[in-house]
Amino acid sequence: MAVDRSSPPPVGNDPLFHFPEIVRHTLANGLDLRTIEHRAAPVVTLVIQIEAGSGADPGNQEGLAAITADMVDEGTGSLSAIDVSDALSRIGGDYDVEVGADVVTFGLTTLARFADRGATLLADLITRPSLRETDFTRVRQLRLDRLRQMKDVAPAVAERAFLRLIYGAHPYGHLSIGNDAALHAVSIADVAAFHGGRFVPSQSTMVIAGDMTHQAMRALAEASFGGWTNSPTPVAWGRASEIEPPAESGTRLAIVPRERAAQSELRIGHLAVRRNTPDYSALLVMNSVLGGQFVSRVNLKLREEKGYTYGARTGFDWRRGRAPFAVHTSVHTAATADAVKDAHAEIEGLRGARPVTEKELSLAKASLTRGYPRNFETAGNVARAVAQLALYGLPDTYFQEFMPKVNAVTGDDVTRVAATHLDPSRLTTLVVGDHAAIAESLSRLVGDALVISPEI
Amino acid sequence: MTSPTLPFTKHTLANGLDVIVHEAHQVPIVAINIWYHVGSKDERPGRTGFAHLFEHLMFEGSEHHPGGYFPPLQQAGALLNGSTNTDRTNYWEVVPTSAVELALWMESDRMGYLLPAVTAERFETQRDVVLNERRQNYENRPYGMAMMAITSTLYPPDHPYHWMTIGAADDIKAMRLDDVHEFFRTYYHPANASLTLAGAIDTPRAMELAERYFGDLRPGPAPAQVTAAATLTREHRLVLEDRVELPRVYMAWHSPALLANGKTSRLYRTLVYERRIAIDVSAYQGSRELAGFFLVAATAAPGQSLTDIATAIDSELHAVINDGPTDAEMQRAAAQVEAHFLYRLQTVGGFGGKSDQLNAYNVFCGDPGYFSQDLTRYTSATRESVQAAAARLLRVDARVVLSVVPNGQPALALAGSEPVSVS
Repeated sequence: MAVDRSSPPPVGNDPLFHFPEIVRHTLANGLDLRTIEHRAAPVVTLVIQIEAGSGADPGNQEGLAAITADMVDEGTGSLSAIDVSDALSRIGGDYDVEVGADVVTFGLTTLARFADRGATLLADLITRPSLRETDFTRVRQLRLDRLRQMKDVAPAVAERAFLRLIYGAHPYGHLSIGNDAALHAVSIADVAAFHGGRFVPSQSTMVIAGDMTHQAMRALAEASFGGWTNSPTPVAWGRASEIEPPAESGTRLAIVPRERAAQSELRIGHLAVRRNTPDYSALLVMNSVLGGQFVSRVNLKLREEKGYTYGARTGFDWRRGRAPFAVHTSVHTAATADAVKDAHAEIEGLRGARPVTEKELSLAKASLTRGYPRNFETAGNVARAVAQLALYGLPDTYFQEFMPKVNAVTGDDVTRVAATHLDPSRLTTLVVGDHAAIAESLSRLVGDALVISPEI
Repeated sequence: MTSPTLPFTKHTLANGLDVIVHEAHQVPIVAINIWYHVGSKDERPGRTGFAHLFEHLMFEGSEHHPGGYFPPLQQAGALLNGSTNTDRTNYWEVVPTSAVELALWMESDRMGYLLPAVTAERFETQRDVVLNERRQNYENRPYGMAMMAITSTLYPPDHPYHWMTIGAADDIKAMRLDDVHEFFRTYYHPANASLTLAGAIDTPRAMELAERYFGDLRPGPAPAQVTAAATLTREHRLVLEDRVELPRVYMAWHSPALLANGKTSRLYRTLVYERRIAIDVSAYQGSRELAGFFLVAATAAPGQSLTDIATAIDSELHAVINDGPTDAEMQRAAAQVEAHFLYRLQTVGGFGGKSDQLNAYNVFCGDPGYFSQDLTRYTSATRESVQAAAARLLRVDARVVLSVVPNGQPALALAGSEPVSVS
């Protein structure tokens, strides 16, 4: 029988989605343990999340948190960095570190049959790293070299300059890698002090997800991280999220010159709200309409209608404290001013002049909710998701409640949160591009440009 | 330990479309993945970049749904994408179980009825988008033009791997709407495609749906399969100036090979960890349909010379050729390979997920079940077989060596390097 091609077939009812049970237990040393059984593959993922993100960097030592995290797998006990890498290889281990603004997250995925060896090794690394001077000088030099290379990478230059412009001297105002002068100022003693003060079980979270029972996962945590002790010299627990950033950036337009650049790398945005805002669901929907997916106003305008770019998106870079909202894109040099103008117009439009349509609203909500279950396919996905609950203090029911909350967002909510949390008059436009080719047209649009060096 | 497996059912429709189904019921999602056996290898000099531009057009709508490919699928909660390489073009959706039929309807409509929706305006916009993609990912990215320089020397001008999939900018600008029609008729039909469904779906229903949506599409003639050979008869030394801070050396051979990445690889240990003359080193095996290549790249630490780095790499290669890998290295490599084959089985969709792997094995090996043999290929390697392969393939007198140096500093290249121009 031939298919009816007069219209696409209707979509059925949403399949039921159940987030697996999260079992919590606090170890005697205060470590907050959460376990999830995940039986899809004979694999286990261990995540350790510690209050030592880049927002904890001392003012003159930007990059300390990241270099400390980097030193963790450089050796422990009698194992050198090479031995550690070797031990990880032998259990097929996938080890990674993510230095966020608030926390640092260590992850290890291994075969379930190697869970004991993996957990023991991870505990040795995190709680008893060697922190040897000779490894430190090598690791620091590699970071300095990477900083130097980043000057060639337009998106990295843009991220760095943009954070500084909107956060100023706030602890969130730098990339985790820090800067040249600060890295030179850091010593292995600083790393040891930072590690000693911040890497403590009572302020950390452990998540295990994998092909094991809750009981076995708890026993695994006790055996590996149960002996982790709290620091005799705890640091004062000031968090970056408790410091209020500047209300607005004083800069409307900044250009990082990049001679004869084929494209302009753009960031257009300002500080917005904290991750735990009650408007979170509405903001997700609003962002989805504006630039959070392929079919969104900004991407359709800049890519599909105008052909200025390979892609344009908007988003919030969430953190505990106030998070940046920004348009991210890279456009053909000749289209720079027009692209900035169009992006401004799309932000302005969604605040009321061109409110979200029913069609856009249902598309945005559907794309956020209907595909939601696929975010939890692997043990690694699940473990990292649960670590986020700990990071933002969200309830264990969060994932189960996500879809109903998003589906409850109305068109008025979208207009309201766009009008409340986005403000075109406060937008800072940052361009990494060919100054001579773009400065004049941009200045006519948004006023005089501050010219800044890539090492801002 | 039981080896990881990837069970499936395969059936070929009367029109030649291969349909492969894999069941995985843990999460209520289904991956739909289609491979067309066409890539930049099927292009001709002067017409490069066409297969990739065509992939963009596949997302712009088809006859019965001219309004664009993304909106109905995103509305249904799908994640979707496509990609083109030298050998194949793939398209995939990961949908909730409620939207399987929608995805099949959309995929079958663009397989059967794309052309009426391709207007001159859409064609021109996508041509601009591709030119932007080229600027962003190649021209404006440090070391972004290196692979163009390497492949154009590794393969002679008439070899289908001589050019990059993104194509030459001038070729892209010269493309015409008429070219789209011929390309579509030649390559985009059931007999040149492979469809996989993987996820929370029963096999009989998946097969029935495939038949319902794709069964009445007309097959085309099998496209001529491209064959080509390339050999290097000497070492080619090239230099490319770029907007970079630190020089980097690339060495490329025609070959498959076994030298893992990671801190325990010999190259990392010597160059980065012990001697600290490089800030990174990577080894990459590009396995392709017509010919593979092996690539080593190392970036100089500030003030260090590419000459020292190249000498150190050569001496490590020499050691592998002379002595072979150690038992410990072989065990480690086997454990890693096995684990990573298993990790690849964790997702049903997307690039590299189970549906993509089944199609890859089906299109290139004629058997979706080649997964197990592929794994065995790695785990059965011995010290001797690796040593012999290294001796045969990693020859210093048959390779391409490219120095990428900061603009205006060609003297930082290896001695005897010829300037190479890419655009």
